[in-house]
Amino acid sequence: MAKIGVFVCHCGENIGRTVDCAEVARRAMDLPGVIHAVDYKYMCSDPGQRWIIDAVREKGLDGVVVASCSPHMHEKTFREAVAAAGLNPFLCEMANIREHCSWVHENRMQATDKAADLVRIMVEKVKRNRPLQPIKVPVTKRALVIGGGIAGIQTALDIANAGVEVVLVEKEPSIGGHMAQLSETFPTLDCSQCIMTPRMVEVRQHPRIQLYTYSEVDSVDGYIGNFTVKIRKKARSVDLDKCTGCGVCTTKCPVKGIPNQFDRGLGTRRAIYVPFPQAVPNVPVIDRERCRYFQTGKCGVCAKVCQADAVNYEQTDEMVEESVGAIVVATGFELYDVGQGMEEGHRGYGEYGYGQDPDIIDGLQFERLASASGPTSGEIRRPSDGKVPERVVFIQCVGSRDEAKGISYCSKICCMYTAKHAILFKHKVHHGQAYIFYMDVRAGGKGYEEFVRRAVEEDGALYVRGRVSEVVRRKDKLLVRGADTLMGRPVQIEADMVVLATAVKPQPGIEALAQKLRTSYDDYHFFKEAHPKLRPVESSSAGIFLAGACQAPRDIPDSVAMASAAASKVLGLFGAKELEREPIVARVNEVTCVGCFQCEKVCAYGAIERKEIRDRKGQLIKVVARVNEGVCQGCGTCQATCPSKSVELEGFTDEEIFAEINAVPVPS
Amino acid sequence: MAKLGYFPGCSLHASAHELDDSTKALAFRLGVELTEIPDWTCCGATAAHSVNRLLSVSLPARNLSLAVTAGLDTIMAPCAACFNRLAVARHELMKHEALRKQVERIIERPLDRIPQVHSVLSWLLAEVEKGTDWVKVDLSGMKVACYYGCLLLRPPSVIVFDDPEQPVSMETIVKAVGVEPVDWHCRLRCCGAGFSVSRTGIVLRLVREILSDARDAGADAVVVGCPMCHSNLDLRQKAAVERDAGMPILFLPQLLGLAAGCGARELGLLDHMVDTQGLLGKIPVGKV
Repeated sequence: MAKIGVFVCHCGENIGRTVDCAEVARRAMDLPGVIHAVDYKYMCSDPGQRWIIDAVREKGLDGVVVASCSPHMHEKTFREAVAAAGLNPFLCEMANIREHCSWVHENRMQATDKAADLVRIMVEKVKRNRPLQPIKVPVTKRALVIGGGIAGIQTALDIANAGVEVVLVEKEPSIGGHMAQLSETFPTLDCSQCIMTPRMVEVRQHPRIQLYTYSEVDSVDGYIGNFTVKIRKKARSVDLDKCTGCGVCTTKCPVKGIPNQFDRGLGTRRAIYVPFPQAVPNVPVIDRERCRYFQTGKCGVCAKVCQADAVNYEQTDEMVEESVGAIVVATGFELYDVGQGMEEGHRGYGEYGYGQDPDIIDGLQFERLASASGPTSGEIRRPSDGKVPERVVFIQCVGSRDEAKGISYCSKICCMYTAKHAILFKHKVHHGQAYIFYMDVRAGGKGYEEFVRRAVEEDGALYVRGRVSEVVRRKDKLLVRGADTLMGRPVQIEADMVVLATAVKPQPGIEALAQKLRTSYDDYHFFKEAHPKLRPVESSSAGIFLAGACQAPRDIPDSVAMASAAASKVLGLFGAKELEREPIVARVNEVTCVGCFQCEKVCAYGAIERKEIRDRKGQLIKVVARVNEGVCQGCGTCQATCPSKSVELEGFTDEEIFAEINAVPVPS
Repeated sequence: MAKLGYFPGCSLHASAHELDDSTKALAFRLGVELTEIPDWTCCGATAAHSVNRLLSVSLPARNLSLAVTAGLDTIMAPCAACFNRLAVARHELMKHEALRKQVERIIERPLDRIPQVHSVLSWLLAEVEKGTDWVKVDLSGMKVACYYGCLLLRPPSVIVFDDPEQPVSMETIVKAVGVEPVDWHCRLRCCGAGFSVSRTGIVLRLVREILSDARDAGADAVVVGCPMCHSNLDLRQKAAVERDAGMPILFLPQLLGLAAGCGARELGLLDHMVDTQGLLGKIPVGKV
């Protein structure tokens, strides 16, 4: 006779409000095989778990059903408690009476009946559960970091400094990301380059960091602890090892005047170029779309002037394969393009004239104007005629918090960087005046509110609460019309330049990367964390972690904190000799298997192998299917497919499932 | 001849009869047969939707239903307000099944089919995209300021044929008949609409701004697609602009009608408050 214990949780009021938990426990006592049933306010708390452990020990329970929340939430918790009491953890099951019952029902009586049914179903299952042993898998102690911005760099350095090898992949020709583009950083105004470039050099020189720039992740195979990653090294057309970084090629190239992406189109570059002088690696790349040699076959100037013989027009994309045990995604963000990329008729904010008038720029372009390494060497000069602007209007929330543009969220960083822009502008143009149109000023962060006050009180920024309705060109000036909703009247400002604080969006191509990694993204296409509060740097897939603005809009301090958190998660994973995996995998009954290999056809993970069965003389009797338990994800498709019922998923055997179904009450 | 349902609305029978005249004259030249919706009634205008949603949908719904009964699967309303009410009602009826059932009971007519609704802008854009072999008079050299007003492009969730903030349709249409659209800022500015009666001062200030911007941009005329805009820019022009009054305000079908070879009288061009003779005098005699 089974000895099952049932533990009913109130989940504070979450369950207790709708379900009579004491009644559920009372009814459970009547079920055959149940010898112990109790209810408690918080079963997951220490005293709650203690109840379970004590009951298992004192009453010699051989099965446990915890009726509480989703197994997604606390199955691990309760199985560990059961294991602590000396029982096999897979003899513990959960009946979900929260998500599947109390949260979705209102009638207390009916909800209580349903909860009792759910308990009975799980009791029938747990009676048939078999003890299972965790699967041990080896770990490749090497990490892959995707993205070489501040988050990726911090992650890579933290892991590498702990003695673990790191592969860092960056799609641009240089690491540095957006932070390398910034002039100063809030709220302390330290120079971004001064704190960023040394870290970039550290990455390049680190003996345990393998850096792939101008490269992208092509495919990812395997599972936690054992990923195989193919990386496409795009043809740079310049040999990384031979190039001395003298820069002669970039000054002799005859194709001039190409807008420089790093300067957000405010400066120019040539067809062979280094994105910015402090680039790491400081090796040029040829823009084949623009290069005269690649377009017409005639030129070759860069190859001629190169003393090191580093220019190589024949270079092709190269694939390299790396084995890693964990992956950190740090692909960062891009700025909302104010509808420029949208088709006609769907462009947002036409009234702001972005992309139409050169003096209407975005926040990152202002950073380049203010940066000492920027196209104006740090002098604030407007793009149209190079004049120093005296009145600059900053417009916050361009895209952010605008449902019509598909961006309902707050981009988080704009309030702060706009305050910074106003301060920098005043520092550089003493007689200048900054106007800031805002919805709310959100300055939550250490030293943030003080920083905004500084912009207002010390640097005279004028904050106008309201939206701008239009920006129009009037000869030399930009006429900014808007509403001052605090004063309740329309305002009109004659400005020399307008800066739009555009929304933070995920990098394009996130969907493809998420597919390769088999992890998920949210409605806005930011990578989704495993739990917003308790597991913020873990993705929904085991062994894949998140850092920085690929998960949500993040400023530098947040990105760095997340990066270090992700690094510590990776190091924690690598701390064990072997990884333990849940033994929820398929097993083949080799006696009944007829070797039809239908299972092989339906397996999405390639976990089915072929095994030869031979007699004592070595004569082949038959070939049967075998499951590679390191690869199997426990989806159960093979179990459903097998015509001879020879595959069973551990923990979800036919017997267990049918017992559950038979316990479902038949409506009379 | 292509058949198109026609909803003139009240203003085309009164102060904006020039829009009625010119639309009919142009449609004839385009080979489009305008069929007036039999027994049509008020679109509800501003009054209905300011007081009652159900009323504001039911009034246009009746006209939409009548059109279907008359065998019209596409209708066009030259008045921007009529168009707006018909288009919004169509959108609401298509989106909300329960509302459609409710309105069917109110108007005692079926709404299982709802016709497409064109504005003068979307209709003419479709027409010039088909071809411009009907253009008979060379208007090149004429510069116009395309003025959209508010109702032809909004709300953007309902009216999707052009960008509400950076529209291109009217410019595309006038370019197609050889007229040069000027680059100006006030093309989306409010004309003051109904405040013309109650707060005339506001309207005069807005009209002054719009007209001076059009003049600064070098426009020979302002082209509109809405009777209300026309009324404010044309009727109030003399009061708004003391000196230099005399910016002709043309309905879009009037301009296209000129290109199609219609006469000024036929297009109602002699009935505006601001004299159009100066503009007409510039049109070369001769065919393209």
